[in-house]
Amino acid sequence: MTHRFASALLAAGLLLASGAQAQDARKETLVVANEFGPNMLDIHGVGANRPSYGVAWIVYDRLITHGRKTLPNGVVMYDFAKLEPELAERWEVAKDGSGVTFHLRKNAKFHDGSPVTAADVKWSYERALAMGGFPQFQMKAGSLEKPEQFEVINEHTFRVKYLRPDKMTLPDMAVPVASIYNATLARKHATPEDPWAATWLKNNTAGGGAYKVESFKPGQEIVFTRFDDWKNGPLPKLKRIIQRDVPSAGNRRALLVRGDIDMTYDMPPKDFGEMAADTARLKVASVPIENALFYLGMNVTKPPFNQVKVRQAMAYAMPYDKMWDTAMYGRGVKLYGASNEPKTTAWPQAHGYKTDIAKAKQLLAEAGFPNGFETTLSFDLGGATFSEPMAILIQESLGQIGIKAQINKVPGANWRAALLKKDMPLMINRFGGWLNYPEYFFFWCYHGQNAVFNTMSYQDAEMDKFITNARFAESKAIYEDQVRSMIRKAHADVPRVPLFQPTQDVAMQKNISGFTYWFHLQPDYRQIVKN
Amino acid sequence: MFRLIARRLLTSVPTLAGIVLVTFALTRLLPGDPAAYFAGNAASVEAVEQIRAKLGLNQPLTTQFLRYVRELASGDWGQSLSTGQPVLTEIATRLPASLELTLVALLASLAVSIPLGVLAATRPGSWIDQLCRLVTTAGVSLPVFFTGLLLSFVFYFVLGWAPSPLGRIDPYVSAPATVTGFYLIDSALAGDGAAFVSSARQLILPALTLALFVMAPVARMTRASMLGVLSADFVRTARAMGLSRVRVLYGYAFQNALLPVLTTIGMVFSFMLGANVLVEKVFAWPGIGSFAVESLVASDYAPVQGFVLTMAILYVALNLVIDLLYLAVDPRVTVEG
Repeated sequence: MTHRFASALLAAGLLLASGAQAQDARKETLVVANEFGPNMLDIHGVGANRPSYGVAWIVYDRLITHGRKTLPNGVVMYDFAKLEPELAERWEVAKDGSGVTFHLRKNAKFHDGSPVTAADVKWSYERALAMGGFPQFQMKAGSLEKPEQFEVINEHTFRVKYLRPDKMTLPDMAVPVASIYNATLARKHATPEDPWAATWLKNNTAGGGAYKVESFKPGQEIVFTRFDDWKNGPLPKLKRIIQRDVPSAGNRRALLVRGDIDMTYDMPPKDFGEMAADTARLKVASVPIENALFYLGMNVTKPPFNQVKVRQAMAYAMPYDKMWDTAMYGRGVKLYGASNEPKTTAWPQAHGYKTDIAKAKQLLAEAGFPNGFETTLSFDLGGATFSEPMAILIQESLGQIGIKAQINKVPGANWRAALLKKDMPLMINRFGGWLNYPEYFFFWCYHGQNAVFNTMSYQDAEMDKFITNARFAESKAIYEDQVRSMIRKAHADVPRVPLFQPTQDVAMQKNISGFTYWFHLQPDYRQIVKN
Repeated sequence: MFRLIARRLLTSVPTLAGIVLVTFALTRLLPGDPAAYFAGNAASVEAVEQIRAKLGLNQPLTTQFLRYVRELASGDWGQSLSTGQPVLTEIATRLPASLELTLVALLASLAVSIPLGVLAATRPGSWIDQLCRLVTTAGVSLPVFFTGLLLSFVFYFVLGWAPSPLGRIDPYVSAPATVTGFYLIDSALAGDGAAFVSSARQLILPALTLALFVMAPVARMTRASMLGVLSADFVRTARAMGLSRVRVLYGYAFQNALLPVLTTIGMVFSFMLGANVLVEKVFAWPGIGSFAVESLVASDYAPVQGFVLTMAILYVALNLVIDLLYLAVDPRVTVEG
């Protein structure tokens, strides 16, 4: 028995030693490991997760896309202000503002070789509306609400009628949800109960993007191969992409350091900080995530947070610098210690509060709580890497002004339900808007419509007016004035205390270049080069 | 024998029915709201209600249960919302991964723990007994995720002997065509040497991690049981009759000591299937345990129910196999159906 075991050990040793692999395949292949991969291949599907937006981005095309710009730190970022052709070679906005006409590329093909037509575009947009939930909501954000808005002029001409002048309409056609599906192929798999082929498209694709899905094993890996007939942009350099799910962050870091993977996303900030310092071996690209922030929200409908002075006291009691060091590990942008008078129209921007316990005590006393009060501080366990240390530091700091805060950890599955109920007095949360306009953020987070992201249930008629005026402002001067008023009011009333703007970090090998930051935060392999 | 199997299977029906009912009830008692979770970014109240209606979660519980049972009877285990796949497909692709890992780990641990236990029993107080004690104590007291991380740190990161902990097969090697779902068997069937070597290499560290953990109970039980048997009359008689040491030890004593060991192995095996979760997480192993945990976190009902049901069926089968093994090992045993 022991003898047999010894020979088994020997065999195992031999297996370990025989590691030689063909080197050729590796040069044109990118291996990526992330915490979790896509759960389906259809961004319109119910429950499609974030990585599935990344699939839509490279397997499907949009009519238009954004240009790119290089930031001072060398990272390339999409340019929100610049729209560029993708499937459409050109487009004209009607002079009277009644709509926009797209001229599709005549040589564009889907993966099955069939040409891309205006009918496919119309079907895809209608599908986004008909599937309900997130895709419908996203289309509506750009005033794309009714199937009648989409018109096939001829095989290669497609028109969108505007319901109202909305500057978000065109950018909304460059988001992953506005992907163009091969309608003929998808219809073959539709049934009377499932007219939009939702079941089939979960595991199959009907796209024409730069990459095809070679194999998809949910929870394990997805493999993409280049679509060599892609005409809607420069042909990508990488022929093959292997994206594996590796849940353990420690292992992903080890894999990267040892050179077994080329790239990884979604690591704890501490790891990114340490990897960024390891410049001899690795490269970390960091970009502040647009229109996104961590904040402390206070429910203004109930005492004590219905009083402005209490909220201001809270803003002065935040242990900003400690959180910056211990929760963010210095990765992000500080949103405190500047001025409550907005300098620019940029959002997020730093407010004027800073840690000042004496002032917090004084404000609290003025509000009638000289001895503090008891409350509950909630956070989402799904984001515990950041939120848990923040919660503990905040609890400690609030203790100094007599506020006893119980910490309430809410499991990820319950967090959305908890937000919808709007009964948490105090919470740490994060919100980010895809469309990079301050008024877009404010519309979801500060407007009296009381959307779920307005976690404070803040309602104020004057604020609503600023937001609406900014959204439909007729001149730049009016727009900027309204945005400033909006931000000034948010800082003064402080129903939420902005803490930090998070960064998008991606760690990669030194021989990888061409990384681009996109608003959807998913990798765009089309521009990546491996030397 | 066949009557026994048939009777056992028949009596397991109420057990399974009970499990169907209990898991259904339990998943509904969980505080999470799947509709709110899956409504995702569009979480307006209307959007959540829309999703709820789409998932059939707005109907009364009895209706939901009847629908669930009806679908189950027709072989439809429901859809996993978080992975977007039918639960049955998910389980069919993931169960072989877990079973392959568990079986390899079990065999590896038996190959060490049983001889170790026997040797420790024959030489109580000797260095081998001390070694047995050390191994079992260490194996039980080190948590699986720690051993996993430690092994992967030492053998992969520092020494570079083990392959990257990237799942069941090297990313550059394509998986063998699915026949059984066990990569070792499938690649052997396909005659694909590269896939066989790669999947065997990937198995070593996770299997070792699991094996270390379960070595302890088996080695201890073997030792204790052998000690009992070795002091029994029939062993003394056998020795007095001048039978060879090997004959006494393996021919008589070991076979008699095997019964409690078998029971332990049965328990250990079922425990391993469930305890895989952490090993699966550490080694990115696409098994059934991590799938169940992720579904639970998302309050995704169907996969959780499917997982519990699969486990129940496996346990029933396992118990049956163990009982049959009892019969084979010891003719005195009678197993009631």
